[in-house]
Amino acid sequence: MKTDIILAGVGGQGILTIASILGQAAINENLFLKQAETHGMSQRGGAVVSHLRISDIEIASDLIPEGTADIILSVEPMEALRYLPYLSDAGYIVTNTTPFLNIPNYPDLDKILSEIRNQPRFVAIDAEKIAKKIGNHRASNMVMLGAASPFIHIESSKIEEGIKRIFDRKGDAIVELNLNAYKAGRQFALENIN
Amino acid sequence: MQKELLLGVEAIGQGAIDGGISGVYAYPGTPSTEITEYIQGNGQAKEKGIRSNWSANEKTAYEAALGMSYAGKRSMVCMKHVGLNVAADAFINSAITGVNGGLLITVADDPSMHSSQNEQDSRFYGKFAMIPILEPSNQQEAYDMTRYGLQLSEETGLPVMLRITTRLAHSRAGIVRREITGENELHLPEDPTQFILIPAIARKRYKILLEKQKLLNQLTDNSKYNFFKPGKDRNPGIIACGIAYNYLMENFDSGNFPLLKISQYPVPESLIAKLVESCDEILVLEEGYPFVEEIVKGLLNKNMKIKGRLNGALPRDGELNPDIVANALGKKVSSGPAVPDLVVGRPPALCKGCGHRDMFNALIEAMKKYSGERVFSDIGCYALGVLPPFQCIYSCVDMGASVTMAKGAADAGLSPSVAVIGDSTFTHSGITGLLDAVNDNVNIVVIISDNESVSMTGGQDSSATGKIESICAGVGVDPSHIKVFIPLPKNHDLMVQAIEEELDYEGVSVIVFRRECVQTASRKRRKINS
Repeated sequence: MKTDIILAGVGGQGILTIASILGQAAINENLFLKQAETHGMSQRGGAVVSHLRISDIEIASDLIPEGTADIILSVEPMEALRYLPYLSDAGYIVTNTTPFLNIPNYPDLDKILSEIRNQPRFVAIDAEKIAKKIGNHRASNMVMLGAASPFIHIESSKIEEGIKRIFDRKGDAIVELNLNAYKAGRQFALENIN
Repeated sequence: MQKELLLGVEAIGQGAIDGGISGVYAYPGTPSTEITEYIQGNGQAKEKGIRSNWSANEKTAYEAALGMSYAGKRSMVCMKHVGLNVAADAFINSAITGVNGGLLITVADDPSMHSSQNEQDSRFYGKFAMIPILEPSNQQEAYDMTRYGLQLSEETGLPVMLRITTRLAHSRAGIVRREITGENELHLPEDPTQFILIPAIARKRYKILLEKQKLLNQLTDNSKYNFFKPGKDRNPGIIACGIAYNYLMENFDSGNFPLLKISQYPVPESLIAKLVESCDEILVLEEGYPFVEEIVKGLLNKNMKIKGRLNGALPRDGELNPDIVANALGKKVSSGPAVPDLVVGRPPALCKGCGHRDMFNALIEAMKKYSGERVFSDIGCYALGVLPPFQCIYSCVDMGASVTMAKGAADAGLSPSVAVIGDSTFTHSGITGLLDAVNDNVNIVVIISDNESVSMTGGQDSSATGKIESICAGVGVDPSHIKVFIPLPKNHDLMVQAIEEELDYEGVSVIVFRRECVQTASRKRRKINS
């Protein structure tokens, strides 16, 4: 049983928080985990990607081979498309629909969203909107993690424990906000799998 | 035992703490920075009083680590691959002096140049210095080999290199910690002349180093980190070094080929001989330059085919990945959907509100009346001045080179010339160049864009903070031509005017634009709030 996830976004969007929650959950479940991150120059607003691999048997490569990822989890719509070659035949794209506009030549958003909708399996979610409804747009990454959770081979309750652990230092209100965001994202995905 | 989730670099930091170091010395550089940061933030390290502040550059770091070794304690020095160029003088000579306390040099190479100017392979440096090199293939080995390296250093009396590459540095996995080794007591070298490399002694020390090579070969042939696994399939026999071993296993977990895994150097010649006997051709998988491939070619007297980066079985440049290795093995890679044409690149950029932006805006305007490309720059966030909307710098070569290249260009007649350098890059390697410029009284303007931190690597403390004007005056820049401004849009006209005035001045000028890095400032705010 393995889950290979390409985590995509823009430097500064905080994809590593998602990765660390899943990492925590995997280690607590005694699963094997490898997670390759992008540090350095790209973190200044460039495209960033993390390869996250979770398995019940030992994992060899830190990088996911092309054509084998189970999920592309992207917190930005164009970035979801950048890593399509990694997606397996049965893989899912789970992407935020809110663009991160920090380049002058950002393509037409409708065209990007229609490219995503042309893929056989996807969940497209306006994470900011849902996070705002819950109380703070900054919880949008937890909405995204929730939206990807149905496709990850870790029990949802264990991921919730990971969230509690990561945000524990910041107090009960922040933990609650992020848990609610996670649950809302999960709910959305279960109702809107394409 | 509960596993701890650590990056490769963090595993090395923990391995060094548990391996009994008394100090770590480093200058920040991707992908090596987090080794030292991990030790700085580690409670156990604080309790033990392990010395861990940042050094001014890799050479000062190296020499201090060697000094700690002289005094009998274990030390580690960390740097990125190009940092070893800066420390090379101390590095090569420390192989001749040898060590007293264990000395581990951790070097993080950056193949594919994710955050670097080149992809030089540090194993060549290790061979050049004739010292043992360790190359872990995963995070657990990174932890274990850090400890082993410190011990190996004391056992051989030589500095030991631990070489990693970007992927291992910045990939996380669960590791199991081992028992903790205590720190060494202060004790001086048995031979008080060991570290005195005047020619008469250096010749003796060099012979000792040469004699030790036999021991290094024995150690590497018997190292538990190198192994030969026989296989029935004679075509090919595979050599996999460091992290390349993982990419091989990803593709062939049950392959029946003869395999030699190398994680300790000098290359294990007896194991290579075993591999050669059991196969018809050899495929060499290694991250970096064709280091082992060249050595194996030299070792073989017969016409055995050797495949690798030199013959095109693998690309000559760039880092490896599981797909490249699959291709080299003749395995089909089935990629997912192609990237749609509408996807555009998203290069990094200077942050919103960054002081470098205001500095560049002023510089561009001040340079309008001068023809030609005459702004030399340096290593740091401001190298992004090459990209739109600024596109106003014309060099980025090595730490400190902006000052000296501007000087050389001015010597040649491109006068005035301008250097744009950051605060920590200036104290790393810019001061001596400024002294040259003062001694020659050339017409250059040195812009020190001071954001009071080492920002590209994540906001570490800068050795320059609070010292820049006095350093510049100290090396002889006329104090009336050392000016300081806060780079903000409202100061734009003042800044432009100052640059124009100093360009007109026939001599060395320094203009400091000082405003804290916006990332560092926001990190500090978050820390206070939490």
